[in-house]
Amino acid sequence: MEFSTISPIVIFFASIATSNMILNNFLGMCSYIAISSEYKTATGLGKAVTLVIVVTNAINWVIYHLVIVPLKIEYMQYIIFIMVIAATVQIIEMAMDRFVPDLHVSLGIFLPLITVNCAILGSTLFMVIRHYGLLQAILFGIGSGLGWWMAICMLAAIRERMQRAKLPPGLAGAGITFIITGIMALAFVGFSGIFTIQ
Amino acid sequence: MQEVLQTIGSVTGISLVLALIITLADKWLNDYGEVTVDINKGERKFKTEGGQMLLNALAAQKIFIPSACGGKATCGLCKVQVTDGAGPLLPTEAPYLTAKEQETHYRLSCQVKLKNDMAILIPEELFNIKEFIGTVEQLDNLTHDIKLLRIKLPEGETIKFKAGQFVQLYTKPYGKIKETVFRAYSIASPPSDNTHVDLIIRLVPGGIATGYVHEALKVGDEIRISGPYGDFFLRGDEGINELVMIAGGSGLAPIRSLLYDIAEKGLDYRIRFYFGAVAKRDLYAEEEMAKLEAEYPNFKFVPALSSPAAEDEWDGDTGRITEVVDRYVENADGKEAYLCGSPGMLDACIKVLHSKGFKDDAIFYDKF
Repeated sequence: MEFSTISPIVIFFASIATSNMILNNFLGMCSYIAISSEYKTATGLGKAVTLVIVVTNAINWVIYHLVIVPLKIEYMQYIIFIMVIAATVQIIEMAMDRFVPDLHVSLGIFLPLITVNCAILGSTLFMVIRHYGLLQAILFGIGSGLGWWMAICMLAAIRERMQRAKLPPGLAGAGITFIITGIMALAFVGFSGIFTIQ
Repeated sequence: MQEVLQTIGSVTGISLVLALIITLADKWLNDYGEVTVDINKGERKFKTEGGQMLLNALAAQKIFIPSACGGKATCGLCKVQVTDGAGPLLPTEAPYLTAKEQETHYRLSCQVKLKNDMAILIPEELFNIKEFIGTVEQLDNLTHDIKLLRIKLPEGETIKFKAGQFVQLYTKPYGKIKETVFRAYSIASPPSDNTHVDLIIRLVPGGIATGYVHEALKVGDEIRISGPYGDFFLRGDEGINELVMIAGGSGLAPIRSLLYDIAEKGLDYRIRFYFGAVAKRDLYAEEEMAKLEAEYPNFKFVPALSSPAAEDEWDGDTGRITEVVDRYVENADGKEAYLCGSPGMLDACIKVLHSKGFKDDAIFYDKF
């Protein structure tokens, strides 16, 4: 399949619905499971992930095409991407803390937690494998972030509702969370066929 | 070969550039100038570089707030009260703070960044724990197996404690003992004497630390202690007008500190101090206690010997300490009890106190 010719708009919608980071690719599961017990914190984390995916996708695209490819060091791309992501997250956090402390309170504090979120590296790697252009990469980032954000919010909303539910002790906590995620993923299979980008 | 070098070079170059950018950003963005931290309403103030976390800034000042997770906001132990300059509560902290704590400005010190001057309150206990390298000023025999060890703190240093608390004493290797151990001993001197620490130490056969004090230590030696610790101190709850104090052997130490403290502050309590010993040779501090009795008319020292020797010519109370307490303490009305001694003695005494109607929340003890 020729990925590089797909319209950025299609990529955007597909990365939310049919190629959702969590529900189709199971990336970024650790923070998704750990930080989803409360809706409010889940939204904060979702926003932070979205922001970081978009920014790092763009930066990594530039680095890949201007540094890695010309120097023919593609096999080092994982290390370089991770370094770039970590550095970017650090700088975004510091800048936020300094200039927009209010925003920092609501989502900046999650930034150190998601430096090594798999969804973020995953999104960069997908963009490389699929030979996206810069615009495609950015829209893919936005879509992936929004999709991740939506998924964690849905899960958090369900978990908040379930707080008083009587669960078998063995299922309480992570157990039931995985089952919910599985059912949500099944539901998302319903979107398949609308668009395909992977 | 060239490929290898090129790879190493380019990856190093990229990391260098990233490191440089981060360092520059840190210098620029994280520069909050010098900030002043005020602890416990002016009790101590220090200036430090802004931009760091409160927990780390305090640790650099040798104020150690307990923390198990190392600043990741997952243990919730590093709570301090920040009364001014902290900014809004972060979502990472909220799960560890109760509604009441949030209202009273408790924060996790590992999450609070020093961006401007800050005023914080930390519990006295944490704030006051320090380490001292003192010198042995006095080492006297009180009885055949109990010594009074008077430690002078280094010039300019003071200890702040509540009467009844204890310090840890660190031994040095001596004789056949090759290790350093530490043991807890109650402070026998009053808090007002804050440049000295008196300890009353009984020789325990085979005991490493007591052996160190009794056999190896000399006047003029250096000695390391840390403290104060412990929650054995005067409560004096409302409606309390009588204190029943019970001690045996070197358990007199914290009671002595309490008594001096009460006398110095002129607190109005009727105090009975029951002190248990075997024979007259185990009895000490009688002169001191007689002096206290004269100064503080509401205080009475009641020594009791469980088996006085024939040559003791003892006309005071005899019998086990539990019997003596049973004899004199009539009821629990308006009374609090303070006990210090061996576990066996304490358990027996607490039983007697229960039978007199003492509730557990009116009995305070220090078992050793």
